[in-house]
Amino acid sequence: MAEFTMPSLGADMDEGTLVEWLVSPGDTVAKGDVVAVVETAKSTIEVECFDSGTVGTLLVRPGTIVPVGAPMAVIGPAAEPSAHTVAQQPAGPAPGPHPASVRAAAPADEVVSTPLVRHLAQKNDIDLSTVHGSGKGGRITRADVERTASRPPLRVQASPLARRLAQSLDVDLGRVRGTGRNGTVRADDVRAAAGRAPRTLGRRPPAAGAPATPRDRPSVRTGPSAPSTREPAARSAISALMTRANRDIPHYYLSTTIDLAAATTWMLNRNANSPVGERLVPAALLLKSVALAARQVPELNGHWTDDEFVPANEVRLGVAVSLRGGGLAAPALANADSMLLPELMETLRDLVSRARRGRLRASETADPTLTVTNLGDQGVETVFGVIYPPQVALVGLGCVIEHPVAVDGMLTVHPTVTATLSADHRASDGATGARFLTALDRLLQRPEEL
Amino acid sequence: MNTRRSSTKAPSTTTYREALRDALRDALHDERVFLMGEDVGRYGGCFGVSLGLLEEFGPDRIRDTPLSESAFVGAGIGAALGGMRPVVEIMTVNFSLLALDQILNNAATLLHMSGGQLSVPMVIRMTTGAGRQLGAQHSHSLEGWYAHIPGIRVLAPATLDDARHMLAAALADPDPVLVFEHGSLYNAEGVLDPTIDAVDLDSAAVRRPGTDISIITYGGSLPKALAAADDLSGDGISAEVLDLRTLRPLDDATIMESVGRTHQAVVVDEAWRSGSLAAEISARITEQAFYELDAPVQRVCSAEVPIPYARQLEEATLPQPASIVDAVRLAVS
Amino acid sequence: MSTTTTRTDGRTRPAARKGARKKVSTTTAHSTPASDHRLSLLRRMLVIRRFEERCVELYSSTKIRGFVHLYIGEEAVAVGVNEALRQEDAVVSTYREHGHALARGVPADAVMAEMYGKVTGCSRGHGGSMHLFDADRRFYGGNAIVAGGLPLAAGLALADRMRGSTRVTCCFFGDGAFAEGEFHETANLAALWRLPLLMVCENNLYAMGTSLAREHAQTNLAMRASSYGMPAWSVDGMDVLAVEAAAHQATESIRAGIGPHFLEAQTYRFRAHSMYDPDRYRAKSEIEQWKGRDPIRGLADRMRSEGELGDQTMEQLEQDVLGVIERAVRSAEDAPEEPVADLLRFVTSEPGGSP
Repeated sequence: MAEFTMPSLGADMDEGTLVEWLVSPGDTVAKGDVVAVVETAKSTIEVECFDSGTVGTLLVRPGTIVPVGAPMAVIGPAAEPSAHTVAQQPAGPAPGPHPASVRAAAPADEVVSTPLVRHLAQKNDIDLSTVHGSGKGGRITRADVERTASRPPLRVQASPLARRLAQSLDVDLGRVRGTGRNGTVRADDVRAAAGRAPRTLGRRPPAAGAPATPRDRPSVRTGPSAPSTREPAARSAISALMTRANRDIPHYYLSTTIDLAAATTWMLNRNANSPVGERLVPAALLLKSVALAARQVPELNGHWTDDEFVPANEVRLGVAVSLRGGGLAAPALANADSMLLPELMETLRDLVSRARRGRLRASETADPTLTVTNLGDQGVETVFGVIYPPQVALVGLGCVIEHPVAVDGMLTVHPTVTATLSADHRASDGATGARFLTALDRLLQRPEEL
Repeated sequence: MNTRRSSTKAPSTTTYREALRDALRDALHDERVFLMGEDVGRYGGCFGVSLGLLEEFGPDRIRDTPLSESAFVGAGIGAALGGMRPVVEIMTVNFSLLALDQILNNAATLLHMSGGQLSVPMVIRMTTGAGRQLGAQHSHSLEGWYAHIPGIRVLAPATLDDARHMLAAALADPDPVLVFEHGSLYNAEGVLDPTIDAVDLDSAAVRRPGTDISIITYGGSLPKALAAADDLSGDGISAEVLDLRTLRPLDDATIMESVGRTHQAVVVDEAWRSGSLAAEISARITEQAFYELDAPVQRVCSAEVPIPYARQLEEATLPQPASIVDAVRLAVS
Repeated sequence: MSTTTTRTDGRTRPAARKGARKKVSTTTAHSTPASDHRLSLLRRMLVIRRFEERCVELYSSTKIRGFVHLYIGEEAVAVGVNEALRQEDAVVSTYREHGHALARGVPADAVMAEMYGKVTGCSRGHGGSMHLFDADRRFYGGNAIVAGGLPLAAGLALADRMRGSTRVTCCFFGDGAFAEGEFHETANLAALWRLPLLMVCENNLYAMGTSLAREHAQTNLAMRASSYGMPAWSVDGMDVLAVEAAAHQATESIRAGIGPHFLEAQTYRFRAHSMYDPDRYRAKSEIEQWKGRDPIRGLADRMRSEGELGDQTMEQLEQDVLGVIERAVRSAEDAPEEPVADLLRFVTSEPGGSP
């Protein structure tokens, strides 16, 4: 039995805020696995564990400030999770060297579930912490989620102002933890969920020694810098957007497998002759090709506005970036079709990195005309994505895999990528989509022209 | 609150009672104005408000009446129809029930019922409220009942300046105006604002600005609400205190503006809770500022009993600073 | 001072006036100032009578609604008292006030339009039968709270008293109001302050369905009123000339500064309390007996017998009056309604002075 403790991530670090758990009780972890995200005064950092085994009890919940060295989780020997680890387990400060110094340790709301269940829950917009697990050890089964999904959503008790704010800040109330009486969601809860500053009660701080008021909870720090509260907001924004997309956009899907032999060969040759800093990755070629294809098939590059398609004058290529704590950002590569590859590479790298740190400028997220989602690095072959409204198409790229192909009657193995197109049937027809994928294929066969 | 200001007078200490008397004295310079009621003359007024005015203006215009509330209030209405500007004093709001017929069926109604022919320019003053161990028939707060009635204006001066200046504005109103003077305020002492020489009768006033919660009150509860706000500031809660001043017509705009900023409200009303003015204000907030609310509106009202005599029982019956503080804490929690 | 006289014989018809009866033609009549005056009284009573008879018809055909309290049988009181009032005097009435309003000179057109609820009504249709007002004629309604108008009348008188005016305020009320506190408070207040107030009690023997003897321990109302220290006496309310004479006596005394006077007009309504009233509480014989003392027929008969009224004149009078009523009905029918958009007008005074 080992403890996972708050690591010291710098000489001047005395404490850190747990932003997010990346593991759940029951997960098997190995030494070196990243298990949590911790925010320090300087940055948000993924932290790894130094033991192998099964994650037992999570001792602190996200948002909690934990002193360096204080236990945050128990990691047991690799085995089936014991009853000890189930969700209902109240997880106050565990017996440890500094129990009293862990502030505001509330019951962990982590729940036992599988990735499939989590996926289903996410898809159906279900908060797993509200689902009763009927499986072994309280595990939430697929049936549990499906049952919950078919049930009308529970009404969230929220103040009228909180509801109004939630709507204007695009926050899903169901995902906001209410701090009011009986768990009522109040305006500040929504603001916190949206990463906004709370309306601090009273313009001046309480007088020294003043009795604590119900609002006065010094042990929990919520503030604009707490990512633990930012991410649920992003999640709910995505949730709202995707729900709308799925409801409003009649999608059609096309898929084609593109031979990347030419492109890969060209790229490897080029990289061999380039300084390290200027070397390319396949993604750059793929994105540039998509941008050029979009210019060639303008019917897919633009926006569906007021019941009609408005083609865009430029290609602002949205790049879906998955964030560490879950969620997505889609910063836009402006003029991706006319950027040189090294420039595109550099811009992409910068955007992704800043997206993951939550440091995007508003202008960089504004109005992409077509989005690419590349799940290649996740090992996925084929992506059928959901269009970001008001765009009318989304290009999905899987991983580059070695694939047997017949070339001139000879069976050989080439790198290939499966490119998919999700397109809005209101704006275009299958033939247009086919033209796009064909154009993409053609462009990737002449990489030297990219 | 709109006030007309001049900068000539020097500040002087006065009481609420003296401020009312000075206002009457000023008003009596209009020949049409006269004061009428039980013991307003020789006795000097049940609460001493009109002390000395008989000597100054004579028995015709400082007119003692028999104990006939209905007759002398009705006579006030008739005199107003006949071109006078009567100020009728009723000893307490409980006694005013004997004149309720005249106030409702005539004063408030004649203008509309006559198709706009007969306006009733009169002022009816009376004492309201508890806190002086006067028992169940001298202590109630029924101004909310009157505020129910279309056709009359209902005032609750809570400050020295309003006591001093509301009467003139009330007498200028072409329609009947009821003025409720809380019995606990008569001895309130302070300095009149020398820059104010007129007030309006349309707007509520923010007596103490704040950011976290709106305490909406009037009359005798204003000092209690201000005391509560003081206490709350020690907790870091910044309470705004709103003095309604005019109970009918209510100044919705000022109420909603305040609630729109603080998003939380407590209504303090010494009347009984059921069917009260506090209920009306709460309902209006719900109607007009629902989406600004971050918590249910709380009410601090009197316990639903006839006001008892014994001191500790009476205190427990009425809103107190502590109960206001509790309600605020409940609202913001 | 008290010059109270009370009658104990109550219901007997007043003795015949002085002057020998003359045998005259039934179709012609001679005209003198006195006979012209009587003809005018007759005409006024007839207008009230025919107006109300027409109201019954209109109510039955649902042209007018609400409560309609008819004055039929009591016309002599309103017409007789009004003879003693001047234009600058004020009248405060009750819910049975069509007669008071018409006698006061409120045009039949305006009263009828009010019955119809039209904007040309004397209260713009806001009041209805029970709330007739005419500020120009100092007719202050139309008060449907029994005795509720009395304190108001005292106030009107008080205003005049305080300004040293010789105007008189006259208030009408019934025997039912005599049981109300507001009557007694007002009587006391008026006597105490010597207000120029004429209190006319129309004792028609019933407070709605309750007879005088069932509501008053002492049914001599004039005697009781005199206990407040004001002159009080009874008069035959079925005799317009008697009423007129009594009212003159009272108003002259009031104008002289004596203070309030109380006049009990003993009268009777020939019809039920209101249109809804099945009139189960009165004996048919009683009603018939009182109808025998109809004030209109009474005056007409006397004028005939004294050679002041011929059939032709009477016929002409009837035609004239019917014309007045018909014009009133027609103009009420044609009159516009108050727009609903103006519903909230006059709840409070409109800016820019009195309407």
